Amino acid sequence: MSSREDILGRVRAGLHRDATNAAAGRAEMAAALASRSHGPKPAIDSSPQALLERFRVKSEQQSSSVDVVTAESAVPAAVDRYLTAMKLPKSAVAWPSLTALDWAAAGLNVEGRGARDADLVGITGCFCAVAETGTLMLCSSPDTPAAISLLPETHIAIVRASRILPYMEDAWALARKELGSLPRAVNFISGPSRTGDIEQTIVLGAHGPYRVHLVIVAD
Amino acid sequence: MEIKSMHFKANASAKLADVVLQGNLKNAKGKFVTKRAQAIKDLDDFEGTRDAAEAIRNKVIDNLDLWLERFEQKAMDTGATVLWAKDGAEVCRLVTEIAKKHGVKKVTKSKSMLSEEAGLNQALEAAGIQPVETDLGEYILQVDNNEPPSHIIAPAVHKSLDDVADLFHKVHGTPRKTEIPALTREAREVLRGHFLSAEMGLSGGNFLVAETGSVALVTNEGNGRMVTTMPKVHVVITGIEKVIPTLEDLSTLMRLLPRSATGQPISNYFSILTGVKKPAEHDGPEHLYFVLVDSGRADVVGTDFHAILRCIRCGACMNHCPVYQTIGGHAYGWVYPGPMGSVLTPLYAGMENSIDLPHAATLCNQCGVVCPVKIPLPDLLRKLREKQTERGLRPITERIGLRVWAWVAQRPKLYALGASVGARYLKWLAGDTDRIRLLPTAPEWTLGRDFPAPQGKTFRELYAARRSATPRT
Repeated sequence: MSSREDILGRVRAGLHRDATNAAAGRAEMAAALASRSHGPKPAIDSSPQALLERFRVKSEQQSSSVDVVTAESAVPAAVDRYLTAMKLPKSAVAWPSLTALDWAAAGLNVEGRGARDADLVGITGCFCAVAETGTLMLCSSPDTPAAISLLPETHIAIVRASRILPYMEDAWALARKELGSLPRAVNFISGPSRTGDIEQTIVLGAHGPYRVHLVIVAD
Repeated sequence: MEIKSMHFKANASAKLADVVLQGNLKNAKGKFVTKRAQAIKDLDDFEGTRDAAEAIRNKVIDNLDLWLERFEQKAMDTGATVLWAKDGAEVCRLVTEIAKKHGVKKVTKSKSMLSEEAGLNQALEAAGIQPVETDLGEYILQVDNNEPPSHIIAPAVHKSLDDVADLFHKVHGTPRKTEIPALTREAREVLRGHFLSAEMGLSGGNFLVAETGSVALVTNEGNGRMVTTMPKVHVVITGIEKVIPTLEDLSTLMRLLPRSATGQPISNYFSILTGVKKPAEHDGPEHLYFVLVDSGRADVVGTDFHAILRCIRCGACMNHCPVYQTIGGHAYGWVYPGPMGSVLTPLYAGMENSIDLPHAATLCNQCGVVCPVKIPLPDLLRKLREKQTERGLRPITERIGLRVWAWVAQRPKLYALGASVGARYLKWLAGDTDRIRLLPTAPEWTLGRDFPAPQGKTFRELYAARRSATPRT
């Protein structure tokens, strides 16, 4: 007998599985998958202004820094301001989907490609953001490589205010609507990487970025 | 992992006498508790969320066979390979085979308690494959002669800054650093090279999503993302009980898991991984394997201990346990310490090997109160004690003692006489004080505490005296 059959056989025996309760169990399973019911959610003011404000506050609580600009065309200058203030290099790797922005005009050397170990700054967008916890949702694809938000020491993310949703549940609904199925990697990111493994003291910059900077486009 | 739980009493005594460990435990004490208490205030309906989480987990384990088949089908549809392992030996065999098939020389590992259960690192090393632990805590333990973890989410919580400073100085051959950020940076630099050169990444799974055939991983350091993004092969090792129905259910559980574990509203990284790299993608594994592991879980389904299968491995029970906080995780002698470990170890590693664990609890129910999926841990510990008695596993002295007590208790006059003599004897032992320092009948019991001396008369005597003094109306 295969291990699969052995394991499932013992699970079935434990559950006293028979044809009748199997049919009932299947119906229950189909109902759970179809209903997609959700648990209690904390109350959140979902007006656009309140969502942006909550997202900003929660992001800052998780040690991200936040800048708000009024148009997407203002993003390269905002990124330049941040890199200058932080004394960081003016070269970055970015999602290929972001190469249409005029980075050169802001004096930045931005390449749209996959990330390499030597990249110090990574620029990404996000699929959407979650106001409840101040969290970015990034979906991987050829145009939006996952490692750009991971390998560089600095991660800069562009967030369109109209894509800030109240809850993670809303993010799933949006993904189903716009993407159909899930991409290979969905990464929810809430601030720079951190560890508390030595004396439970929180240190920023474990294996991923040391700093996360958010440029919110109030569209 | 080799079980040492049969030596619990001796190990616990040694840990109590270990001055350095006691200092480290005292430093760690309460940090997670305070943070958790703060973090759950964000939830307007924390208890309602716990109820919902319990229902989600019950929904799956009550029909576990069906949900497993469903998950397996969805995972295969995404291009993943699903394998099944009965025990740790089979986990080791399967993972080694996968590694050999893909010409793997080095495996980077995100934290997996199941890999500890199976002793996977030793098996990989024996096959000439280098396993590298990448969670900072696990890395510290691996380079310290493969010391086992003492906590399921903070594996090196028993170590101090000084311990780590000495260790890194020794194993990295670098100047001794005393700042935590500098030590963290040193580990980052050592491990970055491994992340980029390993051919295979190995992770556990916090949840398996039946709706989409995905694995969900919760990490803070980013090492979980590294091992599932950079190598060409990703292997997920996870228990068969980890399935949940939908992405919405994942959101509900994520309101509880990080809060219960570290007191964070959400972990830094929460990754939902589905299938393999698409041809035009820049990163991601080309091969994805799931190893669904039984190792004792299937035999718990439908028993008195069914509820423990709801466990989402947050560690809140041990963070709140007065016993764990006093002796640390190593004394428990296997992979899982604290209250959940005292239930899991007898079930997965043998009741006869862990006879003291169900008794290593005060049954104060702090663990039951904080459990995000409402596992009645004290009830399960009590049931394990019953099973020990039913199976005749308790020590002969205890069994005889209880028989004698039962015989006497059924004879009220004899019982009254015994109680009266006993109370006077104990009062005599206490002398002028109200405490007994050493009980000759139970010297072990008074080793760590005094026994309060009775005040001379038994309840029956006092009751009788009061009745005769107060005329009935």
